[in-house]
Amino acid sequence: MTSLENIRSTVNDSKFTYRQRVAQLANLAENLLDPPPVRKQCTDALEKRIICDMFEGNAPYRPRYLLPDYKKVLDNGSVFLELPAAKDFDDALAFLLIMYSATPSITGYPVYFGDLDTLLLPYVDGLSDEDLYAKLKRFWISLDRMFPDAFAHTNLSPVYNRVSKMIFTLERELLQVVPNISLKVDPVLTSDEYILDAITTVFACGKPHFINDVMMQSDLGSQYAAVSCYNSLKIGGGSHTLVRINLKKTAEECDGGVEKFFETTLPYYLDLTAELMESRILYLVEESGFYESNWLVNEGLLDLEKFSAMFGLFGLAECVNILMEQEGDSGTYGHSIAADDLGYRITSFIADWVSQRKMPYCDGNDGYAFLHSQSGIDLDLGVTAGTRIPIGTEPPLIDHLRTVSRHHHLFASGISDVLSFDETAVKNPQAVVDVIRGAFKSGMRDFTFNLDSNDFIRITGYLVRKSDLAKMPSARHASTFLGAGSVADSHVDQRNVKRVMSAESSPSTSS
Amino acid sequence: MLKAHQAQVASTIKFSWVDGPGNRYVLFLQGCNFNCLACHNPQTIPLHTPRANEMTVQEVLEEIRGSMPYISGVTVSGGEATVQHEFVLDLFKEIKSRKEFKGLSTFIDSNGNAPQEVWNQLAPFTDGVMLDLKALDDAKHIELTGNSNAVVLDSIRYLDSITKLHEVRLLLVPGHNDSDKELIDTAVWLRGINPEMRITINAFKTHGVRALARQWPEVSDADLARYKEIVN
Repeated sequence: MTSLENIRSTVNDSKFTYRQRVAQLANLAENLLDPPPVRKQCTDALEKRIICDMFEGNAPYRPRYLLPDYKKVLDNGSVFLELPAAKDFDDALAFLLIMYSATPSITGYPVYFGDLDTLLLPYVDGLSDEDLYAKLKRFWISLDRMFPDAFAHTNLSPVYNRVSKMIFTLERELLQVVPNISLKVDPVLTSDEYILDAITTVFACGKPHFINDVMMQSDLGSQYAAVSCYNSLKIGGGSHTLVRINLKKTAEECDGGVEKFFETTLPYYLDLTAELMESRILYLVEESGFYESNWLVNEGLLDLEKFSAMFGLFGLAECVNILMEQEGDSGTYGHSIAADDLGYRITSFIADWVSQRKMPYCDGNDGYAFLHSQSGIDLDLGVTAGTRIPIGTEPPLIDHLRTVSRHHHLFASGISDVLSFDETAVKNPQAVVDVIRGAFKSGMRDFTFNLDSNDFIRITGYLVRKSDLAKMPSARHASTFLGAGSVADSHVDQRNVKRVMSAESSPSTSS
Repeated sequence: MLKAHQAQVASTIKFSWVDGPGNRYVLFLQGCNFNCLACHNPQTIPLHTPRANEMTVQEVLEEIRGSMPYISGVTVSGGEATVQHEFVLDLFKEIKSRKEFKGLSTFIDSNGNAPQEVWNQLAPFTDGVMLDLKALDDAKHIELTGNSNAVVLDSIRYLDSITKLHEVRLLLVPGHNDSDKELIDTAVWLRGINPEMRITINAFKTHGVRALARQWPEVSDADLARYKEIVN
């Protein structure tokens, strides 16, 4: 509950910008209200953080993630914004910036900028490369300065084109935190040349992520995008809320070994997670009036029927290790076949459970929530994101991929693993192409890697610059505050680096 | 039917990013017909040692399956790959004929000390050879490897003529084979064979080498910059 003291300290907190203070004050005001009603056992589980509402606020009045249909609005214009359809490249860029400024989300900034190459391609005919560069550069700088939040995300289409090529060129030049980027990779449509351009960009600035377009389309249809951190959802829809279950704490509530966990402990907390989710959805849809009043809905840029909600889980690694210990087995997640199999049994069980629990206003997934492997928040201590292998204990690359890939098909609304590569990747980027293509063939959904040596650290799915952390306590990007907590507490800067070279060859340096 | 040939194997690597193009499975065969002072894996020089493992073609194929679908191809290295060329031939024939391995490229990492008939047998099933040249000057070559380079130079010319030479690697040791003159002569000779030839530098490091070479200086960043300047 908010106290006057909280409000006062926020008002006077000089490490925050004006806008950051306003956003914080809005959260504090919202939390003066009682949260949507749930049973006492649900509140108890929430207080013990066995289940978690991601601190979204006590009175949800906008969906957590929303993905406006930007193509539609560029083609048709907007009554609310008093803008006609975009006729040329300048129109389109100005229109989009205006759109973003009027698009809410859980962070207060848009979490989705559209598939920008696809959106802009119809407007570049006749534009010289010099003009494309200059205009897109101003736009790109505007994104980072006007929407300083690393969760603001764009997607690029599977087919290499003038705009996507220019975007990567600008990314390598500007080295900005915003926007976050996902590249949709198709095994046939996406060329090696395109993936190599993207990999070279990762070497410079940690972006983009690579996503399995075939798998995504089969789960979500052709109109989908990855937004914020690894949240794949339908364009024109989104997710009302994200509620998650802490599997580590769930396992700690179990004292009778694996079978008891599956029979009683896990179903009990899954049920409470669903209850919390349902209550929040009902408030948002039936009380807040968002879906009756917001202009994005009124103009058909969002459609309630394309929305669902995200049922998140995290701490699988610790959950498995606790249960293995209860069974007297010393095997651990990522290092033992029995442990990995137990992990998969748990995610499969949850996937099955969620696919049978009706959820209101989730027509975007036929009346059910989407399963999501939640990549963590800065307050998570001693518990590993989603289904990842704990930081610092990651096995060699091939074993790492094998351990985590099997889970990916279960998580339609996103799952992630961050791989850390060293300079051997820079000397042989084709090897990274091979690994990405192989990973997608083997059922991976999201592929993210970092180069150990650049200025960017990927925290959960978003980026912060090491040079910005050094300038703390104040920061222009709101997300940098979250990143600082994660570096200090969860050691995300200490991932096991993959040095994919042979012992035989290591004494020599190829050039 | 597979022949029951067994190879003497020093080790295998599921993923390597430094043994040819892309991500590769690497088979390091045991045994070498050179005895280089600068060898960083002297334990792989003798053909027969209790440390080696025996593997059949079938067993190697099983391991390659374990690295798929993440790899571009397979590299056989050593030791010296061509010392056990019959085995390499059997292995590459299987890779090139079976549908499950379609698309995998086959590379050999070699010291070049193999006669033309060996290359002729391997060539139809081999996509490229990465060949080491320890010194262009024969006396220097004998000093560094214990052997003449006549066959190596023939291999470079021959493999280039049948478009199977992927690259030539120069292992450079400061003060032993890295003078400007030696580098220029080498580059001129190689580019005389093929102006487009890929030449890469392997910089000497003392890690793993035997006692005598451990006294030798390692390649500095300045040396490396000079090598690249001359060679490229």
